[in-house]
Amino acid sequence: MTAQLRPSAAACPGCLAIPQNAVEEAPIAARLALSLPGIHCQACISAVERGLNAAPGVISARVNLTLKRAMIEAEPDMRAADLIPVMEALGYEAHELDLAALSSTQSDKTGRDLLMRLAVAGFASMNVMLLSVSVWAGASEATRDMFHWISAAITLPTIAFSAQPFFKNAWSALRVHRLNMDVPIVLALVLALVTSLWETSLSGEHAYFDAALTLTFFLLAGRYLDYRTRAVARSAAEELAALEVPRAIRLRDGIETEVAVGELAIGDLILVRPGGRMPVDGEVVSGQSELDRSLLTGETLPVFAAPGQGVSAGEVNLTGPLTIRAIAVGKDTSLHRMGDLVAIAESGRSRYTSLADSAAKLYAPGVHILSALSFVGWYLYTWDLRTALNIAAAVLIITCPCALGLAVPAVTTAASGRLFRKGMLIKDATALERLAQVDTVVFDKTGTLTAGTPQLTNLDEFCRTDLEIALALAQASAHPLSRSLAQAAQEAGVSAAPVSDLHEVPGYGTEGLYRGNRVRLGRAAWIGAPQASMTAAWLDLGEDTARGFLFTDALRPGAETAVQALLAAGKQVQLVSGDSSNAVRDLAARLGITDWVAGALPEDKVERIKMLSDQGHKVLMVGDGLNDTAALAAAHVSISPASALDAARVASDIVLLGQDLTPIAEACDVARRATKRIRENFRLATLYNVIAVPLAVAGLATPLIAALAMSASSITVSLNALRLR
Amino acid sequence: MQVLTYLIPISLILGGLGLAGFIYTVRSNQYDDPEGDSRRILSDEWDEHPKP
Repeated sequence: MTAQLRPSAAACPGCLAIPQNAVEEAPIAARLALSLPGIHCQACISAVERGLNAAPGVISARVNLTLKRAMIEAEPDMRAADLIPVMEALGYEAHELDLAALSSTQSDKTGRDLLMRLAVAGFASMNVMLLSVSVWAGASEATRDMFHWISAAITLPTIAFSAQPFFKNAWSALRVHRLNMDVPIVLALVLALVTSLWETSLSGEHAYFDAALTLTFFLLAGRYLDYRTRAVARSAAEELAALEVPRAIRLRDGIETEVAVGELAIGDLILVRPGGRMPVDGEVVSGQSELDRSLLTGETLPVFAAPGQGVSAGEVNLTGPLTIRAIAVGKDTSLHRMGDLVAIAESGRSRYTSLADSAAKLYAPGVHILSALSFVGWYLYTWDLRTALNIAAAVLIITCPCALGLAVPAVTTAASGRLFRKGMLIKDATALERLAQVDTVVFDKTGTLTAGTPQLTNLDEFCRTDLEIALALAQASAHPLSRSLAQAAQEAGVSAAPVSDLHEVPGYGTEGLYRGNRVRLGRAAWIGAPQASMTAAWLDLGEDTARGFLFTDALRPGAETAVQALLAAGKQVQLVSGDSSNAVRDLAARLGITDWVAGALPEDKVERIKMLSDQGHKVLMVGDGLNDTAALAAAHVSISPASALDAARVASDIVLLGQDLTPIAEACDVARRATKRIRENFRLATLYNVIAVPLAVAGLATPLIAALAMSASSITVSLNALRLR
Repeated sequence: MQVLTYLIPISLILGGLGLAGFIYTVRSNQYDDPEGDSRRILSDEWDEHPKP
């Protein structure tokens, strides 16, 4: 904390005048966060910190390169939006982050707690191992007893502190009369400590203090790896959510105020600027524009919006400013109502038992029975409680799931790390195992296979003069079609014609005067042209009939590669979209997908997934829209791109961070190999047990053999996992 | 064996010092930005001490 609060003397001399206490005691100082995806080196850190600290109103700023984020302490009235231009002037892309959504990354209590227990167990086991080595090397009589007593003095408090997570988990399982992996662990720890203390007090030869500690250490290492993998995924997912700052512009008595979406009430008038997203369900009061509903319905054609028309939260306003009156806010909006459908879909999903759980189910009773049998056997054979208890403890310690505890987390850490570098975020712990079983992939169209940006198809059909006029008209508007048209024309080397009196008619198009003639570019209905089946913008030169610029939806980069790779891997690929059948058929043909459904409602998508699952297929659903959310939840495993709606990202197991779709095919491959490694690890761990258990049951095991078997199996398992990186 | 009375406490104290050091680094957020910290070494800006 101190490092963040301390003003940087070199970069901000003025800050030195502020006493440090004043900063810490004034909670009113605003804490801001910026996401800086472009920073990557020392020069970037210096430049950003220098720039931010020099900005007026900033008290101190510190860059976190690992998270690619800057944390800023500033005057209370500063807003992160004020600092974005500062960053852009320096040449860095910057986005505002909503600190409320980042809260759990800030207080990473569980991770720190685990790390602390791991460290204590590590230091204690090193010390005890030193003492044990001298015992194994031949220390005898009083020296051995002293070493054992010192070991006991170190071990007992350490186990009491470090093994607490296992005690808690085991207790919560036992309370509901169930067995989990932690029950045999706790039993082994307790039995090892009890027999070792007993042996030590009788100045016996064998004490298992070192085994109890190394066991705790390795198991905690597994837990920590597991936790880290999920924490990284969670913080990245949180960052995605935090990038969407939920604010809206409320109009009251003609005054615009920016408020949080949560504060909006029914009946409020809200101004939505072009490019903005509808924060609530409502009704247009004034203004004309076009709405992009692709995230909700999958339709690519924009819908015309005029006063009186209803709008739903999540739609994007394209051309003119709209004033809407809120009809439903917060939980009542159509965005949230989709949540019910998701809940129903999730209840239908068969619960997946992870490999670790199924291993534990086999393993836990087996170990208990084996240990109990050797206890009873030796007791009946020797009628000596001490020997029988010693052997039972040795069996439990040697079979203890040290390697089993590392087998899964070590592999998932390596695999998730590899996929994260490729731009995939594994949100769910068992997602990789489920992904490995997939044999059918269902894609959504709009926003998933396509980029959601229109692409001009018939530039060649127009003569140069027409293009020059069209470019002039297109440049006057920020509508996606206009922007795409302007870009295509400029790339073809066209320069804009001198069109005067240019103005945009929101919801219709742009018009202007060219050599005394009125020229227009816009919607078919406005120009008086027939409605086309494709997305089109019409050019009217005032003389002959209007002509249309036709657009298709641009493919997302990597879409073709991903589909080809999935088909080549022998998977079935299907396309299910809410869009019109013409658009879907074209896209399916372009990608070589034979199985497609158009005009699908959200319920239809869920039905299709359920039908495929009932036929025994394991379905991977890839989608981004609200209409896909329920299908994402119903599928065996699901992927959504980062551009998807928050609801869709929450419902999916894996989030694709970049634009490129290529990693999907690779992810399936990595997942398959990861599952193979996990199974290999289980086999390796079993192999060590098969060798060591007979020794233990026969009463030949010594603490040295236990320590060797445990360390060797844990290390082999970890190394095997590393082969995935 | 007399030497053990010195050596064992010494080894325990050294281990304890290491542990205390580690706990201090965890408590003062020194693992929050490993990548950034490794690069800050290269910075020629001093944040606390005057330049030599």
